[in-house]
Amino acid sequence: MIPSKALLQISGLTLHFRTRAGIVRAVDGVDLEVRENEALVILGESGCGKSSLARAILRLLPRNVAAYHGSILLDGLDLMRLDDESFRREVRWKLISMVPQAAMNAFNPVLRVGEQVIEPALNQLGMSRPEAMERARTLFRLVGIPEAFLQRYAFELSGGMRQRAAIAMALITSPRLVLLDEPTSALDVLTQANIFNKLKQIKWELGVSFILITHDIAVSSELADRVAVMYAGQIVELSDAQRFFREPLHPYSRGLLASVPRPHHRGELAFIPGRPPGLIQLPPGCRFADRCPLRFEKCAQDPPAIHREGRMVRCWLYE
Amino acid sequence: MEPRTQAVSDLSTRPDGRTPLLQVRDLRVWFELRRWVFSRAGYVRAVDGISFDLYPGEVLAIVGESGSGKSTLIRTLLGLHRPIRGSVSYQGKDLRSFTPQEMRWYRNTQVGYVQQDPYGALPPFMSVRQILEEPMIIGGIRDRRQRLERIREVMEEVKLTPVEEFLFKFPHMLSGGQQQRVVIARAILMRPRLLIADEPVSMLDASIRVEVLKLLQALQRRYHLSVIYVTHDLATATYFADRIIVMYAGKVVEQAPMAELLAHAAHPYTVALLTALPDPDPENAHRLKEVPPGEPPNLIAPPPGCRFHPRCPRIIQGLCDREEPPDFEVGPGHRAACWLYRP
Repeated sequence: MIPSKALLQISGLTLHFRTRAGIVRAVDGVDLEVRENEALVILGESGCGKSSLARAILRLLPRNVAAYHGSILLDGLDLMRLDDESFRREVRWKLISMVPQAAMNAFNPVLRVGEQVIEPALNQLGMSRPEAMERARTLFRLVGIPEAFLQRYAFELSGGMRQRAAIAMALITSPRLVLLDEPTSALDVLTQANIFNKLKQIKWELGVSFILITHDIAVSSELADRVAVMYAGQIVELSDAQRFFREPLHPYSRGLLASVPRPHHRGELAFIPGRPPGLIQLPPGCRFADRCPLRFEKCAQDPPAIHREGRMVRCWLYE
Repeated sequence: MEPRTQAVSDLSTRPDGRTPLLQVRDLRVWFELRRWVFSRAGYVRAVDGISFDLYPGEVLAIVGESGSGKSTLIRTLLGLHRPIRGSVSYQGKDLRSFTPQEMRWYRNTQVGYVQQDPYGALPPFMSVRQILEEPMIIGGIRDRRQRLERIREVMEEVKLTPVEEFLFKFPHMLSGGQQQRVVIARAILMRPRLLIADEPVSMLDASIRVEVLKLLQALQRRYHLSVIYVTHDLATATYFADRIIVMYAGKVVEQAPMAELLAHAAHPYTVALLTALPDPDPENAHRLKEVPPGEPPNLIAPPPGCRFHPRCPRIIQGLCDREEPPDFEVGPGHRAACWLYRP
């Protein structure tokens, strides 16, 4: 199974916010590609801009946008040229849907779960209610919730079930691409493993593509075909999962991998000293330089995206 | 089966004559559910028969999923809930027999508490200095200079340096890692003998987690602290703890020295937890994990027999769904409450 055809092509995507303290460069020139039936992981810590990247892709923008440009092609369709109304009608839900962070807490408490899950199918696809309900039943089976729960209210479902229901909702319009923003970070390990089992089956059976946004490198391996590491608004490494988890290139990625406790391979745990730079006053040169154990003179200059054997890394070490 | 459970849990894990700092015996903490004001609708059996010893200088991990009763257990150890049965003894004395003065002494000077959410644990309108000064004012340290000196000392210890830079900051001006350091500084301020850490790193970013864990470990070693490290994350527990207790639905299902548990996990629930541990392996994306489906049971009407039986892949029909398993000895200092290990 080699996913080949490009589904989503992003280049030079930029999203800056205006705040009282200055311009926040949350997404600062991102180039990415998601292929058909592929899961791309965007890995980064809080404040690196990964959720803003998801919002930029789905054009879910707040009012204080200072800059929003670049190009996003979905199956050849130039999304940036669409006006807001056609984007809402033709793209959101229909082609790309999203399971936002803490989606499980976003259900309306006074509406039955089923009513909410079918809403995108009614509004975006114009499906009839019985048709949509039938599809919801199929999806509930797929994500592993008994059908009867369609008639229940959100408080009657456990956290894991609500999260599955949110995933079912994102799939109800049969989108090509689903964005998952930290889909399991508030859940227990067993629940988390169960949900990833379901996501894998969905990927294998329905052939959808996923963008999985997470801060957890261990969790990211559960779904990843390729991994993009984000740091301070930029993608600093992009690689296939096979090589990434065995031998990450960027010193930041290496630090992240070394900080994962692995009970079955005992060894010293390492950590990355310091903290990421604020996105308002970014340091000149490499944005990771002040925390990097391998920095040298060259790092005072901005490192370009260096391509090597199908991988990309933004680091002078690989020049 | 009750008497037998008792007998086994009274066996001390460490027969070397040392006295435990903390002794927990058949602890049960239930919460009453009322339908109206008087009619009792039942109990939530949050903690339902837990026994363990904690020795001076020992790090004990308590691992369990949400709803397993770990937070209730901690709150009971801190003297915030009264058990319905069983006891918690500190240095041989039952917490329930403490006078109010003794309780204050226990909470203020003997136990340090590291909360899960550092931001929620710090009052937003107090500066770091005020936050760290308060326990000493309550503890009766009158001398301002002495208090300030101790504040500097702990801040250096948790590496909130340069001290001057942090003293007058408010919690929202600190990063998550720095906030957690303030919480830790506050916990060790009065030089406690016991540290209770409730998921101290679960809210932090991966790269900072290890730093905070290492700090806790260094403090534990320097002061020979007893630590109860409560977490849902077996992975971090393995790096830190000497011994581990695995909880499921208000009960202890397995306890063992850390290395022993990793090598010979006995209870099917523990095995499932170990299988489910996320590990950064590229093959993960191409295979399903063998984990039991379902969710932990309702604690108001827990299933009869073993509480894990509805999800257990190795259920013995007619036994596990009827009789509650007692603890069985499965290795040195290693006990599992599972019928698979009946002699």
